[in-house]
Amino acid sequence: MGMTLAEKILARASGQTRVAPDQVVVARVDLAMSHENADLVRKSFAEIGARRVWDPTRIVIIFDHRIPAESERTAATHKAIREFVAAQGISNFYDIGRGGICHQVLPENGHVRPGMLVVGTDSHTTTHGAFGAFAVGIGATEMAGVWTDGSLWFKVPHSLRIEVQGQLAQWVSAKDLILYIIGRLGTDGADYRAVEFDGPVIRGLSVASRMVLTNLAMEMGAKVAFTPVDELLLDYLRPLAPQKIHMIAPDRDASYERTVTIDAGREVREPQIACPHAVDNVRPLSEVGDVAIDQALLGSCTNGRLEDLEIAARVVVGRTVCERTRLLVIPASQQIYREALELGYLETLVAAGAIINPPGCGPCVGIHQGILAAGETCISSTNRNFVGRMGSKDSRVYLASPAVVAASAGKDRASGHCG
Amino acid sequence: MPDGCLKLRGSVRAVLGDHIDTDVIYPGRYLNITDREKTAEHLFELSYPEIRGCLAAGDFLVAGRNFGCGSSREQAAAALKFAGVGAVIAGSFARIFFRNAINLGLPVVIAPEARQACVVGDVLTIDLAAGEIRNLSQNLVISAAALDMRCVELLAAGGLIPYLKRKQAA
Repeated sequence: MGMTLAEKILARASGQTRVAPDQVVVARVDLAMSHENADLVRKSFAEIGARRVWDPTRIVIIFDHRIPAESERTAATHKAIREFVAAQGISNFYDIGRGGICHQVLPENGHVRPGMLVVGTDSHTTTHGAFGAFAVGIGATEMAGVWTDGSLWFKVPHSLRIEVQGQLAQWVSAKDLILYIIGRLGTDGADYRAVEFDGPVIRGLSVASRMVLTNLAMEMGAKVAFTPVDELLLDYLRPLAPQKIHMIAPDRDASYERTVTIDAGREVREPQIACPHAVDNVRPLSEVGDVAIDQALLGSCTNGRLEDLEIAARVVVGRTVCERTRLLVIPASQQIYREALELGYLETLVAAGAIINPPGCGPCVGIHQGILAAGETCISSTNRNFVGRMGSKDSRVYLASPAVVAASAGKDRASGHCG
Repeated sequence: MPDGCLKLRGSVRAVLGDHIDTDVIYPGRYLNITDREKTAEHLFELSYPEIRGCLAAGDFLVAGRNFGCGSSREQAAAALKFAGVGAVIAGSFARIFFRNAINLGLPVVIAPEARQACVVGDVLTIDLAAGEIRNLSQNLVISAAALDMRCVELLAAGGLIPYLKRKQAA
C-alpha cells in the first residue's frame, strides 16, 4: 500500500520508511513560524527553563497581527520579541515594514519548500500545503517545546482527497470554490484530516489561488491541506530558494478515507457567500438577498495577494465606492504592496475611494483598524465570520471573493455585478 | 494537576451547542494579553458572559461537536482553565484547541452523548484514563473516549511546561 502526501512527509520527518493513519510519531520540525504570539512562546520557553533555541535558522518570526502597534501593550510585546530575537540570533525576523502577513511572507521569501514539516502558531498555517509542505497550526506552549528541541509528536492523519473536475465559470474564483466545498462538507467536515486537492481545475489555478484553498481548508477542520507539486509551483519556487527542490506526490495506490469529487462548472455556477455566523453557512450569491454593506474588506492571508488586488481594481475602475460604504484594502505583504503600486492597482482603488491599510491581519481578527460597530455589516475577502470576529457581537460578516467584495463596495449591497 | 488526579468530580455549569469557536471562548481583541491568569477575565465575554460569573473551581462545561474550532489562540484554553473550569466534555474537539488544552493541563473529554445526558447542576465523575463519565445525579454512565497515553501523561504532569521542565532538569 502506498502513502499519501501527509504520510510520506511524516514518515520522512520521523525517520521511518512508512507510517499509517492514527499512528503517533515524533517528528523533526523543519521550520517553526510565529507572529506576535512569539511573546507567549517566549514566556513558556523561559518557564520550561530552556535557554537557547534548538536552531535559530529554523525559526521565523513575523509581525502581522497588530502593525504598527495600536497600544502600549502591543508596543511592549513587539519590543520584547525584538530583544528575544536579537539575543537568540534568529535572523529570519520580519519587523514592521519588512514583511507582512506571515502566510504570505513565508513563501515569498523562499522559506517553504515541498516535503517540509512546518509548524506555526497560527491556525492558517495550513496555507503552506500549497507549496507541498506538511504545515500545521499549533499552540504557543507547544511551540515553546519545539523551540527547545525541534521535535513534536503528531498523530498521522487520515487523508481526504478532493478532486475538482470541469471548469470554473466566469467570476468564480478559488475562493468561491472553497466556500462551496466548506458549505458542502461542514466546518468539521475535514476535522483532523489531511486534505489533498487535485484535479484539472486545481492544476489550472495560480499559486496564489491554490493558497486560498489550503488556507481555508482550516475552516473545515483540516490538520493540513495540499495542492499538487507541479511545474507551475516549481517555476514559482525556483527563483526564491537556492536549495534543490524535491518533487513530492502521493503514491498511486495511497489509501484515502474518502474521495470527494466536484464538478466545478456544474456545481459552482456563480460566486459563493458564507453568511453570518459560520463559514459553512454558504449560499450562491443570487440567494443571499438584499444585504446592505457598511464596510467592504479586501485583504488577509486568504485574499490579499496581487491577483486579488488586480481583480478588485478591474472591478472598481472608473467607479466610486458608495457613500454609505467604506472599502478597506490590505495588501498581504510589503512586496505585494509595492507591486500593486507599480502596476497601478492601488491608484485605481484609492481613486475609487478605498483606504489602504498596512500589510497585516488588522480587522480580520477584530483587533486593529476597521472594527465594526453594533448593527454594522461587512463583506470581506477574509476567512472567518464568527460572532464578534471583526468587532461588536452584533455586527455581521459575509465572506466572499475579492471580485464580489469590490463589486459590493461600488453598490453598497452584496453584489456580483462585476462587469 | 498533580500526579494521580486523573479522576475528577464536579458539577456541570453550562451545556453549550455545536461549533463553539475560539472567538466566542476568547475574543481576538484580547490576544495581546499574555498573562495566562488574566485571560480568564474575558472568558465567553461576547456571547456567554454569565458563565464566568457562576463558575466554581472544578466545574465542568459540556458542549456539542467541534468545540474550540477556529483560531490557534492558546488563550482560549487558558481562559477556561484559569476561570476554574475542571474539564470540558464535548462531542468532538477541533484539534488545535484539544492539544492546547492538554498542553495547559486542562482536561478535555470526548463524549458524543454527554450533551444529551447532562443538565446544568448534574454532578459527574470523570475517569480520564479509562474514558468513563458517571452522571451521579441521573445515575447514568456516559461513554467517553479514553485519552491517548501521551495526553494522560501530560495531564498527570500538569501540562507541557511542567512536563518539559522535569525533562530539562533530568
